[in-house]
Amino acid sequence: MLETLDFMTQWSGYFGLILQGALVTIELTLMGSVLALIMAFLAGLGRLSRFFAIRALATAYIEFFRGTSIFVQLFWAYFVLPFVGISLTPLQAGVLALGLNVGAYGAEVVRGAIQSIGREQYEACTALNLGRWQAMRHVILPQALLVMLPTFGNNAIELLKATAVVSLISLTDLTFQAQVVRSQTGNTLVPFTTILVIYFALALIISWGVRSLERRMARGLDGVRV
Amino acid sequence: MEWDWNFVWEIMPTLIEGVKITILATLLGSVLAAMVGLAIALARRSPNKGLSRSVGFLAEFIRGTPLLVQLYFIFYVLPDIGILLPPLVAGVIGLGLHYGTYTAEVYRAGIDNVPRGQWEAAKACNLNARQTWTHIIMPQAIPPMIPALANYFIAMFKETPLLSAITVLELMNQAKSVANTYYRYVEPMTLVGAFFLVISLFSVVLLRWLERRYGRIEK
Repeated sequence: MLETLDFMTQWSGYFGLILQGALVTIELTLMGSVLALIMAFLAGLGRLSRFFAIRALATAYIEFFRGTSIFVQLFWAYFVLPFVGISLTPLQAGVLALGLNVGAYGAEVVRGAIQSIGREQYEACTALNLGRWQAMRHVILPQALLVMLPTFGNNAIELLKATAVVSLISLTDLTFQAQVVRSQTGNTLVPFTTILVIYFALALIISWGVRSLERRMARGLDGVRV
Repeated sequence: MEWDWNFVWEIMPTLIEGVKITILATLLGSVLAAMVGLAIALARRSPNKGLSRSVGFLAEFIRGTPLLVQLYFIFYVLPDIGILLPPLVAGVIGLGLHYGTYTAEVYRAGIDNVPRGQWEAAKACNLNARQTWTHIIMPQAIPPMIPALANYFIAMFKETPLLSAITVLELMNQAKSVANTYYRYVEPMTLVGAFFLVISLFSVVLLRWLERRYGRIEK
């Protein structure tokens, strides 16, 4: 009896550890998504710029971050940057690598969505004498945003999954805590199954959130979009 | 810290060893992902509701959880129930299963894109299910899928550094061990990045070629 009780308290302690890890994972996902969103719009709009230099810079950023893996970028940010005088905490390195990496994928989504808006919309803007910025802000982006949203949802889930990698630079996220539990208890099945379920639940929450956001944004656009 | 070319040449052979394993893992993983994807896509089309639902849920689950954790699961949990896998095999299984759930979607789209008339014509010609699949549906469904499949194989290639976490001696792991031995991170890590960038840029060119070659469906 006492043994079972002991066992129970022990497991509740380990479960608390895993929940702390879940908070770190959520924090990373949120901060990484914000950075990714900013980078996606900067680089996506940059690729459509009138100026060659900005287009080239945006293209270089996108190709570089899509061409090398997130893991390598993370290690680079964490181990190489200190040698050039930039020391980052694991959390900063994690957010930076995740945000820049997923932002590069997002940039292509932004570009694709903006280009998917029909020519007649641009022509109408010209006819109404809107400036480039006004046209983008009031006519093109509101329509393009709705096209981007589902893919952004997928990107956010990819980002959530990529956060597992930060455990390798000693950030105490879900995966790291599962390893701690594994090394302390010797049990592998319970901790890993638990975190798999938590990751999956988080992914479901993201896809549900994006779907409801999509419904909200599509409201009032019925009949406008075919 | 300065960039040291002598050091670069010194560690190059070790890194090349790693690249070989990375490419091997990608190739084996791709073959497995192509097969797993087809199996999932076919199971999801099965008239047996129980089979299609449970395979569908399992695929969603695998796609919604991180590859790294799945690799840990295969590498640490399976030995407890008596299945002891060498690291590379565990890694290839992880890559194949994870990307199989992505390629399954490609197969699904490819199969759905074959016009209904083809199915009806196959039935009219009195072909059985196996003949319909091997002679009518697959030959039409597969070519347009090739660019999309290749895209996922390139994505898989970029995920192979994760295998270093389960002690596979691929490029990333070789670089880490070199870095830890000499305590110089700049060159090994940058070279790993450069290797990946170069191979991915080449594969993008290959992908464009595949798109031109197979992307269009001949009418």
